[in-house]
Amino acid sequence: MSEFAELIQSPFLWRAFIGGAGVALIAGPLGVFIVWRRMAYYGDTLAHSGLLGVCLGFMLGLSPTLGVLIVCLALAALLVFLQAREKLAADTLLGLLAHTALALGLVALAFLDTLRFDLSAFLFGDLLAVENIDLIWIWGGGVIAMIVLLMIWRPLLAATVDESLAVAEGMPVHRAQILFTLLVALVIACAMKIVGVLLITALLIIPAATAQRFARSPEQMAVFASLIALLALVCGLLLSLCFDTPAAASVVTCATLLFALGRIIPSNT
Amino acid sequence: MPDQSDLLRLDKITFSRNRRVILDAVDVVLHQNEIATLIGPNGAGKSTLLKIALGLIQPDRGTVWRKPGIRIGYVPQKLTVTPSLPMTVSRFVTLSVKAPRNEIQAVLEQTGVDSLIDASVHTLSGGEWQRVLLARALLSKPSLLLLDEPAQGLDVIGQNTLYDLIQRIRDDFHCGILLVSHDLHLVMASSDQVLCLQHHICCSGKPETLRQDPAYLALFGERNIQSLAAYHHRHDHEHTLYENAPVPLPFSPFSTNDDE
Repeated sequence: MSEFAELIQSPFLWRAFIGGAGVALIAGPLGVFIVWRRMAYYGDTLAHSGLLGVCLGFMLGLSPTLGVLIVCLALAALLVFLQAREKLAADTLLGLLAHTALALGLVALAFLDTLRFDLSAFLFGDLLAVENIDLIWIWGGGVIAMIVLLMIWRPLLAATVDESLAVAEGMPVHRAQILFTLLVALVIACAMKIVGVLLITALLIIPAATAQRFARSPEQMAVFASLIALLALVCGLLLSLCFDTPAAASVVTCATLLFALGRIIPSNT
Repeated sequence: MPDQSDLLRLDKITFSRNRRVILDAVDVVLHQNEIATLIGPNGAGKSTLLKIALGLIQPDRGTVWRKPGIRIGYVPQKLTVTPSLPMTVSRFVTLSVKAPRNEIQAVLEQTGVDSLIDASVHTLSGGEWQRVLLARALLSKPSLLLLDEPAQGLDVIGQNTLYDLIQRIRDDFHCGILLVSHDLHLVMASSDQVLCLQHHICCSGKPETLRQDPAYLALFGERNIQSLAAYHHRHDHEHTLYENAPVPLPFSPFSTNDDE
């Protein structure tokens, strides 16, 4: 029991919590838009490009997170550009970009024999190995994303309900949509290291989907989603401590359990 | 030439998509206090013309003039709020235009759905939803109202009430209303100007004049006036009478008497 108390006081756990909390807080408002706008596969596409970003960062002598950020933002810009030009279905276009980025990442990795690379941490995150520099990335990116999202909230919400009506009513819709696309790239790049490539989209979508049943307004759903993500984080970290399970995977498992629980509890709406 | 009461002028609008001509040199003029109805079969280009009037799409040729500084209310043909997005009626109508609750209440009262102010948009019936959409368009106190099939999905009684409501809105707001419909029969009575569109304006005029016009009768056929679903637009331009006729008609108080 005293062993547990010691663990609870350890700095790595607190760094994991603070980092995870940063991701959870921004995951709420960002995740609800991803759910409403049916953009889940977009998040996955960005995550697929992570490996390419890590390689790029290594080649240019930058931090891996900065490399991932550059690649994610470039991919987001490319997507906006292609969507306006190509007559391909959105999911076809995303599939094309996702797998091309992944393949390029693997090819690039083969050329870099000096790069020490922890594939498991990359795929599934390393929540318990969060360092101070990661906290700066997460909270820096998170705060920027939150401020911009609050600024574009109104036009983005109007466009999410109906784009042409929002344009007709004079909302700056296109600017808001492009900014949102970049925001998702920013948050995914900043959170990738701790949550992992394969689990990042889950943290954006599952709390939002859980919140939907209990919310009466869009804003309520965003706040509930953040709180649910926080709760999943705490439960997941405890689970990871008690049973020595992988941390990020435990958080996502807890998020899913909360989702299932939310379906059982009668909603008031 | 531009009249003081002109709100909207579309001049020789031409628009093609994928090598198909959707609109061919279409002229429309809408004045203040006027209800103009655009009728025509499915695929005639009605919604496209409305979107061009709104500035949502650009025509290939022709000019769009909107009176500078006017506010425009728009009711799109199809709008469904994605089911995962929780939203009340009062929130929905203020998505683009901020308004205090008493103004929201007033505008919902105007369209007869004020009791639904706190209802979820996902629980409304078709008729209620159309009225909520109309209320949203009215919230900015528009001087120009563009309605794309506002009566769709309503039964005959519902349609009649809605057209009465549209007339009342014109009288209260003193706005110009351009309305798209495929229901010929009900629309006629409340319009000041009817435009028959089949990629080009086939004929236009006041409903009374139009109704007795041989070109109009040839166009729609007396039997088909009952139901536009049975109407096929297969005439071979024997209605040349109206081909170059001036489409704009001066505002006439004629058929627009208030229902108190």
